[in-house]
Amino acid sequence: MNAVKFLIAAYVATWVIHGVYLGSLVRRFRRLRREEREVGKGK
Amino acid sequence: MKRLFPILSILTAIFLAYALYQAWWVAPTDAQQGDVYRIIYYHVPSAWTAFLLFFINFIASIQYLASAKPSTRTAAKWIVTVVGVVGVIACFLPAVQRLIPAGMRPSAVATTVLLIPIFYFVIGWLFPGDRLDVLAVTTAEVGVVFCTIVLVTGPIWARPVWGIWWAPGDIRLTSTLVLWLIYVSYLVLRRFSNSAQTQLLAAALAVFGALDVPLVYFSIWFFRTQHPQPVIGGGGSMDPHMLHTLLISWMAFLCFAFLVCWSRFRLELLHREIEEAHAMESLAGAAAGASLPLSRSVR
Repeated sequence: MNAVKFLIAAYVATWVIHGVYLGSLVRRFRRLRREEREVGKGK
Repeated sequence: MKRLFPILSILTAIFLAYALYQAWWVAPTDAQQGDVYRIIYYHVPSAWTAFLLFFINFIASIQYLASAKPSTRTAAKWIVTVVGVVGVIACFLPAVQRLIPAGMRPSAVATTVLLIPIFYFVIGWLFPGDRLDVLAVTTAEVGVVFCTIVLVTGPIWARPVWGIWWAPGDIRLTSTLVLWLIYVSYLVLRRFSNSAQTQLLAAALAVFGALDVPLVYFSIWFFRTQHPQPVIGGGGSMDPHMLHTLLISWMAFLCFAFLVCWSRFRLELLHREIEEAHAMESLAGAAAGASLPLSRSVR
């Protein structure tokens, strides 16, 4: 039973890492879109 | 293309859910390790995906370095072709076959060698010019994410099976950690260096860093390690249901990696477009300050 905790921990850790990375991509996309609009206004 | 991405995302999510179902409920339980062995369905596909992404990074970096001059580009094409042809033929020579680890099929090695020229020409055709550098940074970053998963899930699996989190001095574990550090340093270099030579330096670092990938992969063939010996392509045996689930899981993660790379690639292109726009703005500002027509100052 104890070993199953390790199994769940490994699967959860995998998706947490992917989630954090995908979150960082979304944040960077939003920041760049904002910058893109600002550059567009400056023209 | 904008419509294709959400469709592929939904299909990949379904595929990942199916792989999870196979891993948890369909694949048989291991006689020795019990259910904890099911970590293999995330640990191994993540490792294979990371290796593939680092391999693409290696090819893109070589192409980028070779594209500096037409003469080096031509020379690189010839070298890659010769490496592919000679490598495939060599795999079937008895003298070379003696060097191939026991249990590894020469045809498998030949196929892997053949992938070098195939990837080289396909990547060069699909990603011309500066897009090679965009591809390199994309694959390195996503590869580091998958390599991080390998380094996190490995100790979680090792603890109940070996009784320890980490085996100090184990060559498979250490070389994987070194591989991760090399690519993290690659990303740090790209993030914080503003030199005009950054892209070239990063490409050179990637070429040397990729040399660690075969060391990681073959370490369990050539050295006695705490890490288990290969069960696929290494003379070991694996239950067909387990192998089937492992391959399904890898395919699902490959689809997921493709979508993540696609997003990261678009992000990098957008970033470069904005940097270019900022540079043009600065030039326009400088030209206006110097009372010069913009067309003349840009020239």
